[in-house]
This record gives sequence, structure tokens and C-alpha cells, in this order.
Amino acid sequence: MNDLIDYTLHLADNALILGHRNSEWCGHGPVLEQDIAITNISLDLIGQARNFYQYAATLKADGSTEDSLAYLRDETEFKNSLLVELPKGDWAVTILRQFFFSTYQYFLYQQLQNNKDPQLAAIAAKALKEVTYHLRWSSEWVIRLGDGTEESRNRILKAIDELWPYTGELFQPGDYEKQSGITLSLLKNEWEKKVKEIFEEATLTVPETGNIQTGGKQGKHSKHLTAILAELQLLQRTHPGAEW
Amino acid sequence: MTAITNISAKEVWKLLEKVTDPEVPVLSVIDLGIIRDVKTNREEVEVTITPTYTGCPAMDVISITIKMELLSNGFKNVTIKQVLSPAWTTDWMSEAGKQKLKEYGIAPPNTKQQVCRDELFAPDEAVQCPHCNSYHTHRISEFGSTACKALHQCDDCQEPFDYFKCH
Repeated sequence: MNDLIDYTLHLADNALILGHRNSEWCGHGPVLEQDIAITNISLDLIGQARNFYQYAATLKADGSTEDSLAYLRDETEFKNSLLVELPKGDWAVTILRQFFFSTYQYFLYQQLQNNKDPQLAAIAAKALKEVTYHLRWSSEWVIRLGDGTEESRNRILKAIDELWPYTGELFQPGDYEKQSGITLSLLKNEWEKKVKEIFEEATLTVPETGNIQTGGKQGKHSKHLTAILAELQLLQRTHPGAEW
Repeated sequence: MTAITNISAKEVWKLLEKVTDPEVPVLSVIDLGIIRDVKTNREEVEVTITPTYTGCPAMDVISITIKMELLSNGFKNVTIKQVLSPAWTTDWMSEAGKQKLKEYGIAPPNTKQQVCRDELFAPDEAVQCPHCNSYHTHRISEFGSTACKALHQCDDCQEPFDYFKCH
């Protein structure tokens, strides 16, 4: 049971933190339509996070709520992958991270929708429709940037250098992930195949090694999560139970 | 407040026609196809709803509005249950709802599932302009003012319009 709760929180944390990161583009997108696109993706991710937190709260049955799980847990209790907490960077970093993560979620939710746990399966089946949309949108942008102008290409090359070290952690199981019913090796193969396919179309090269940064899934985070939580949790920590 | 002893589920469905989507106020929750079940037992009622989009902020407002509507019609104990499975699709939207959307200036969703696939740079769907009925339209953005809509523009009358994307 504890593993199931932790795994559900891990899924929730990944969605919440990336949703929060993407929301930082609100009002700052390169053009209005893409500002709206990235913030819509943000909303979808925060919606997923809510579903997972609500379920985790039910499982915990100790008075926890979706809000207490999002707003009142400490940094070391967060189980998101390091990839999602990195700063939003420029448009190329945001796009590439979204592409890496949407590809991961796309194949993860395909497995999860048949999970033995009916609620995780239902959340995944529902979210998969939206993730398919995210994957298509971010793939097109990776191709546009990689096979675009000299400027866009340089930026996405830099983004690959920055983000690649954090992609390996997605496929290294946390203890709570081992009984989840998800075959990470299959997920990894599917992810690599998709990334290679899109990179080829974008005239980019997939790095072969070096995706070694880990820790987030075990609660060992970078300084960036501290900054996110300070902002995200400030209101509930200062005025407990505040509502509007 | 009306005192009731036993109101049928059928009458509850009728009451729910008055509850509309706060983002698209011409559509009732019945038109949207998000009411999955209604169970009544004297003064108790349980309404099961399913969300349109995972992150749609209108769902909370819709739940509260349903509760208020039923309470003000004499129910004492109203429960709103949310289910995720099977996942909502625009194919559950009523024909009347689609017509209302069009009259409101939003292109209704196409029937066939065309958007939710992963093919890249797919040609635009043939979306009919809700203003001049032309199919000579193009997509400006896949994402729009709410999770359920995309932005399109008509090449004939030049009007930009929202398209309730199929999901």
C-alpha cells in the first residue's frame, strides 16, 4: 500500500512541477498562440496532478487532501524526476523538455491505462488523449527548431546538452516503482525509438551517453525545486487553509 | 422550497437541463454528455459526472451548480460523484448541443476522432465556419481560449472563430 501511495505521489509530483514550470510562460510566450498552447498544456498537467493527489489522499486516509499533498509537503518528500524541476530556460529548452516528457508520459500512460489498479488506469486513459496532443505539438516544434534557422538550431543544440543528462532518471525505478506493474525497459525502448525518429526529422543527433543525473525520485532534488516550492507553497504556508 | 417525497431520476435529468457550462453558457450539462448516471431515493440524489478535460477548471463550478439546482428543488442530500472511466469524448455531445454551439459562433466538434492521433503536421481538419458555412478555413492554433477549443479562421468571410475540437 505504501508503495502504491508513493508511486501515485511520484506521478502527481511530476505533473505538478512541470505544470508549474510551464505556467511561468503565461504572458511571456514568444507569440500569443504559443503562449496559450504552453499554458493549456500546463493546465492539463495540473489537472493530472489533481487526479493523482486526490487518489493518493484517498489511499492515505489520514485526513490528507489534494491541497495538503501539493502545498504542505517538504522538498525531500517530493518524488518528481529532476528533469521537470529544471528552469524553463528559453523556448528551445521548454520545448525540448516538453517533448522528452510528453514522449515519456505517452508510453507510460499506454501501459498504465491497463494497470491492475483501476483508478490509476482510469486517470491514465483519460490523460492519454491530452498527452497525445502535447506530444504532437512538441514534436512539431522540435522539428521546426532543429531544422529551422541557424539561431533556432543553435538554441536547440544547447538545450540538448543541458537536458540530456536528466533523461536517464525517467527509466531508473524508484523503490516504490518496482511493484507498479510498469515495464520500464519497454518504456525506455519506446521512448528512445520515438526520440530518434523525431530527432532524425529535425536533423539532430541523439547523444549516446551521459544521461546520468538522478536523485529526484528519491527526494534528492536540485536547488531549483526549493525555489519552485517557495513560490508554490508560500500562500498556504503563510495563511494555512486560505481560500478564495 | 418544494417538499418532495419521491422525485424520479427522469425528473432530475430534466432539472439538469438548466445547468450550463460556465465557459460555454449555451451548453447544458446534458448537451455536453457529462452526466453519466442519476440515482434517487426519496430526498437523496446521487449524480455521477465525468470531466471533459482533465484540467478543465469549469468542472468544479459545474459540480457546485448541479448541487445548488437540486437543493433548491427540494433534495436534502445531494452527492456528486466523479468518474473518469470511460473517458469523455465529444461524440457524447448531443446533436442539439452541436446546433446550439454553431448558433453561438463556435464550430461544433466533427464526429469522427481526427485530432487525437500522433501524426505530425497533419493537414487541417475540414472545419465548417459557423458564420458563413464555408469549409474553406484554416487552423491558427491547436490550443484556444479553453482546453476544449482550437483557433480557426475562415478564408472566405475572414472571421476568426473557435472550434470545439474533437476529443
